[in-house]
Amino acid sequence: MSGTINRAISVSGGILVTIAAFALVGPWISPHDYVTTDLDHQLVAPTMAGAQIFGTDDLGRDLFVRTMLGIRVTLLVAIVASLVSLVIGVTYGAVAGFVGGRVDAAMMRVVDTLYALPFIFFVILLMVAFERNFLLIFIAIGAVNWLDMARIVRGQTLSLKEREFVDAARLTGVSTGRIILRHIAPNLIGIVVVYVTLTIPQAILVESFLSFLGLGVQEPQTSLGALVDAGVNQMEGASWTLLIPAGLLALILMCFNFLGDGLRDFFDARHGK
Amino acid sequence: MSLLDVNDLSIRYGDTAVVDELSFSVGRGECVGLVGESGSGKSQTALAILGLLPKQARLSGSIRFDGTELVAATEEKLNELRATRIGIVFQDPMQALNPYLRIGRQLREILLRHDLAFGSEADARVIEMLGRVGLPDAWRQFRAYPHQLSGGMRQRVMLASALIAEPDLLIADEPTTALDVTVQAQILELLEETRDNTALLLITHDLGVVAGYCERMLVLEKGRLVDAGATTSLFASPGHAHTRRLLDAAPRIDRADIPPPATAPSILGIEAIEVSYAAFGKKRLHAVHDVSLSLRGGETVAVVGESGSGKSSFIRAVLGLVPKQSGRAVYAGAPLEGPVERRAKAQRRDLQLVFQDPVGALNPQMRVQSLVGEPLSVHEPALSSKARLARVVETLEQVGLGGEHLGRYPHELSGGQAQRVAIARALVLGPKVLICDEAVAALDGSVREQVLALLRKAQEDTGLSIIFISHDLAVVRAISHRVLVMYMGRLVELADNASLFSRPRHPYTRALIDAVPVPDPVVARRKAPLRGEVPSLLEPPPGCVFHPRCEYAVEICSIELPKTREVKGTRVACHRVDEIDL
Repeated sequence: MSGTINRAISVSGGILVTIAAFALVGPWISPHDYVTTDLDHQLVAPTMAGAQIFGTDDLGRDLFVRTMLGIRVTLLVAIVASLVSLVIGVTYGAVAGFVGGRVDAAMMRVVDTLYALPFIFFVILLMVAFERNFLLIFIAIGAVNWLDMARIVRGQTLSLKEREFVDAARLTGVSTGRIILRHIAPNLIGIVVVYVTLTIPQAILVESFLSFLGLGVQEPQTSLGALVDAGVNQMEGASWTLLIPAGLLALILMCFNFLGDGLRDFFDARHGK
Repeated sequence: MSLLDVNDLSIRYGDTAVVDELSFSVGRGECVGLVGESGSGKSQTALAILGLLPKQARLSGSIRFDGTELVAATEEKLNELRATRIGIVFQDPMQALNPYLRIGRQLREILLRHDLAFGSEADARVIEMLGRVGLPDAWRQFRAYPHQLSGGMRQRVMLASALIAEPDLLIADEPTTALDVTVQAQILELLEETRDNTALLLITHDLGVVAGYCERMLVLEKGRLVDAGATTSLFASPGHAHTRRLLDAAPRIDRADIPPPATAPSILGIEAIEVSYAAFGKKRLHAVHDVSLSLRGGETVAVVGESGSGKSSFIRAVLGLVPKQSGRAVYAGAPLEGPVERRAKAQRRDLQLVFQDPVGALNPQMRVQSLVGEPLSVHEPALSSKARLARVVETLEQVGLGGEHLGRYPHELSGGQAQRVAIARALVLGPKVLICDEAVAALDGSVREQVLALLRKAQEDTGLSIIFISHDLAVVRAISHRVLVMYMGRLVELADNASLFSRPRHPYTRALIDAVPVPDPVVARRKAPLRGEVPSLLEPPPGCVFHPRCEYAVEICSIELPKTREVKGTRVACHRVDEIDL
């Protein structure tokens, strides 16, 4: 882990931090809130008057505050879902890869079986069967994303285990725990971090998709996907209601992808120079 | 006028010159050796002649081939020249052959592309060429894919594809470095026989190859030509100090200072080890059969054999890295049992291994300090971090490195430095037995000499015993007290250094010794190389496993497995040991 902060990390990381900071602080600063409807000011275009810089929606609610709120929800869902997939996926994959043999075969067949379930259908069923809530979205997304992570970590562990430096450590008398910790894990970090930053945009997309279908967060709560959904209905007369949340969503997704590329180089000691 | 004239050729990448004002020429039909250590610019020179340098390389000077200027020639012109007038053989044939195309098709393509032959005539020429480079059953190989051939056979195919258009110049870049000595001898013979009037530019680090096959030689050091002349005169009186150094560092199989035999009691006894791996279906691949060895304190025993001889499996089974099917190993009175994780700490401390590829054997994410310090923190956890650092620095100094290397990552070290770090890691605990698995195979001549000297010194200072696995008999001759020769997982011969090299008792040992090129044009032995290749371990030949390749084989050899016998202090497995005089 000797990397220098490269441009991909600093630029995309900087943008993401700025967006997150706005999302946290924005709603406090703004004189508006996200629930109050104002039927006298429906679909106001972005204006400095009354500090409605993103305009209002069809119910006259301030779009700036709602968008910031949507970003909060979107980022939260994405990060929590990724953490869930990180914890389950890495543990599962590393154990399968390192133990190997029959254990590995059995564990990976479970993964294969879960892969065969039609995911979106599964989520929709969950949403319908239970009350729609945040927690369920986290679990649903995380529970599916960990499959990819487990496969990747397992493959990487399998090949690392065969490397000569692991044999060298075994011969020296290094304990199995320490081998996993000192020799396998550091060589996994790079790929895991990269994969997590690629899972986050995936989770964001899934959440947006669910919200777009109307299965995501419930009004008056909102997320970027839900805002885009609402914006689509107004796009002919009030294009800002679509363009602003859609643009921010695209920007966030792009930044996470670049961040993944940058982090991959950062965690690879060979790029240290 | 010469065929190839290189004048003031310089190749630069950014600010560094990898080839610096190089001038030489190659005449028609001549064989010229281009010699140098890694990084001397010899391969870059070859790529420049072929016009295959990467885009960021800046080229100056002139390369004239038969009157045509190649520097700044169009890609089209170069393409035509490359296929029809300049042939190339690279080190790794698997990289140079397309894995998805049948061999015949790849060769036919060359003929068709340049209108040298058509239709069935092209096929006939390809098959004839495959026969000339010694592919058995050429018609069948015509339809084979590259992965279905052995390394030696693939290199023959490369040679066939380089020669099929009857070029005027053949460039061979380390053509035999990746091959076993016996196969190397076959390919070099072939190179000599088949090239007719084709000039040969042979790029190699091995002075033995140059001594045996080249009329003239050029010596490169860091991109500069330091010496050039007839091979015989340069070997007799090198003009430049660097040539002298290269010659001194080249190990000679025909003469060496043989260390006096070790007399200390045995510390490691290995008896009748068997190793086999599960293979396709229900078959088992028998990698090691009934091999025994006893190692004395302060002794170096070399284990030699071609690839697939089971030498690495043998040693890994002793160390507990792979399971053994039967047999036993006893170290200092206690048995070495089970996988390495279950063995006593003291045993793991006393037996250490150095791998062939130092970069692969060092964790890329750890610095030198923690790499060398790790064994200490495992075995001497009570040591303060200050004391541990002192021990690490002390060991690094012992292997010729210093405190300035502590913070480096493996990729920041040269091959030689990385191998020293690997050795330091093995030596830091003060082991009693050090096992070197091809530990110097990847190193340049002078660096190899330093590492060998380092091992000898460690042995003198601490009475270390060494098991030295190698395919290079010249190195083995210089370092070992005794030699164990293996073939297809079986012990062929076990003898002390002096008697093995002066009077080998097994035909295989004799063939291995004869195949090693001697870096001296006067004595360079040119015996007929050993026929054929190592058969598949899945279907070993009946009787003596060596009989299909043995020129002394008689009827009994193909029926009955020879027993290991003791003849005048040598253990040898051959039916005819009393009858034949090698």
